[in-house]
Amino acid sequence: MNSPLPEPALAIAAAADAPAVLEARGLSYAHGAAGPVFSHLSLSIRRREIVALLGGSGCGKSTLLRVLAGLARPAKGEVRFLDTVQAAPHPRSALVFQQASLLPWLNLADNVGFGLDFAHQPQTGKAARDERIKAAIAAVGLAGREGAYPAQLSGGMAQRTALARALARQPELLFADEPFSALDAITRAEMQSLLVDVVHRWHTAALLVTHDIDEAILVADRIVLMGGRPGRLLHEWTVDIPRNREDHPEAVGALRLAILGALRHAS
Amino acid sequence: MMGANLLLPLSGLVLAALAWAAGSVWLAGVTPIAASFAPLETARALLALLQGAELWEHVAVSLERVAVGLGVALLLGTPLGVLTGLSPLFSRSTTPLFQFARMISPLSWMPLAVMVLGVGNAPVYFLLAFAAVWPILLNTAAGVAQLDKNWLLLARSLSATRRETIVHVILPGITAQILTGVRLAIGIIWIVLVPAEMLGVSAGLGYFILDARDRLAYSDLMAAILVIGFLGYLLDHAARTLHKRWLHAA
Ligand SMILES: Nc1ncnc2c1ncn2[C@@H]1O[C@H](COP(=O)(O)OP(=O)(O)O)[C@@H](O)[C@H]1O
Ligand SMILES: [Mg+2]
Repeated sequence: MNSPLPEPALAIAAAADAPAVLEARGLSYAHGAAGPVFSHLSLSIRRREIVALLGGSGCGKSTLLRVLAGLARPAKGEVRFLDTVQAAPHPRSALVFQQASLLPWLNLADNVGFGLDFAHQPQTGKAARDERIKAAIAAVGLAGREGAYPAQLSGGMAQRTALARALARQPELLFADEPFSALDAITRAEMQSLLVDVVHRWHTAALLVTHDIDEAILVADRIVLMGGRPGRLLHEWTVDIPRNREDHPEAVGALRLAILGALRHAS
Repeated sequence: MMGANLLLPLSGLVLAALAWAAGSVWLAGVTPIAASFAPLETARALLALLQGAELWEHVAVSLERVAVGLGVALLLGTPLGVLTGLSPLFSRSTTPLFQFARMISPLSWMPLAVMVLGVGNAPVYFLLAFAAVWPILLNTAAGVAQLDKNWLLLARSLSATRRETIVHVILPGITAQILTGVRLAIGIIWIVLVPAEMLGVSAGLGYFILDARDRLAYSDLMAAILVIGFLGYLLDHAARTLHKRWLHAA
């Protein structure tokens, strides 16, 4: 689980023909009596794949993420997680929000381990849980800060803790809803590469909701563009620019233009 | 920096003591017995009282009443507050009543309380609890309303049971607000306590003040006033410290 970074090219190759961790088909969803937020929407995420869900604000990204994560029931369609129909949030999926939303009365280690001992989580011993918590904290570079309380953490450190909290669940799939948009530019860049790094090392897939094209290009293996009313997936790009992608400005720039063009076409 | 931090509050206290001294000198000119209101006389009486057992007994009785009143208010106010925060129906049907009852000075219930509950501790407990329940109830309700929605999402993403959600998220999540309510409640209780103890009881700081007046022991009376102020300050400080500790704020 904690093995050193594999060859990035290898990781992507593994993702390309890996089985799906999540498969959603024909999803529709409406808030109460309002018109559907999205309809007839299908999306599949392969193991270890990082998918960026890109779209303007209000287009329904967060709602879709909630349905995919099992936190809201679709009006139509089904979500399969590891090949079984998902009726409740799967224990091997984890969430990261825009705000770290740490529990201020728990210290960093207890925040990271929050809920691991809940009744509907896989039963583990205390020693195994502590080991997981330790590994997750180390993975986000916060070893030594286990006793700190949220009030004492900077925004970046709080978001690292939130990421560790998700990792401690050994997720097959990480749902992240604009996790870095509240951070300053430098911290955001650090967190983006940290995310790619841990997702590769922990062999996790990720669905990253973002409205930032550059973030999508730097982080994702695949980008899907959401838009329209009701929302649907308009376009999809496989990002085969080698990492680190900052070192390939022409390829990044070209993809950026393609996405911008599609965005303009969509609105 | 440290010096200035202490100097300013101290200067306020010293100024007040000087004004007190000047006032009592002036008052002694009008009525000679007022000389025993003076700071020096009061300090002497305070020292004697602190060394004796009597004052401490009254303090103990008063603090016990505060504890009981606060305990009852917590026992009633927290669940009602949670209910108000969770159920719009309950909230809408009770808010006017609560706002109405809250604005009635608890002391106005005193004659009624004594009539129904008899003389002794019971009416005092009632008045204190009645005074303290509103800030606790309202702050608890506000705490529930202000719970971070993501905490609840997190609990749901962990398939938390109802009990796990309440014990691990909701209750600790509103504790800070409850403690804010407790702090306000202590302030109100402490103010209501003294007059509430002036009726039908034979111990406590309120009783002690009336007793000192009847004995014409004015320095004792002034000493008791100082003790009341100091204890109130300590109680408030304790509540504030508890609040900070809970949030681990610097
Ligand atoms: N709880 C809700 N009740 C009613 N409408 C909602 C609710 N949450 C979101 N919406 C609406 O659904 C649409 C999609 O919202 P959202 O999924 O948050 O978009 P995004 O994350 O892409 O910004 C918006 O028009 C929003 O106003
Ligand atoms: Mg959103």
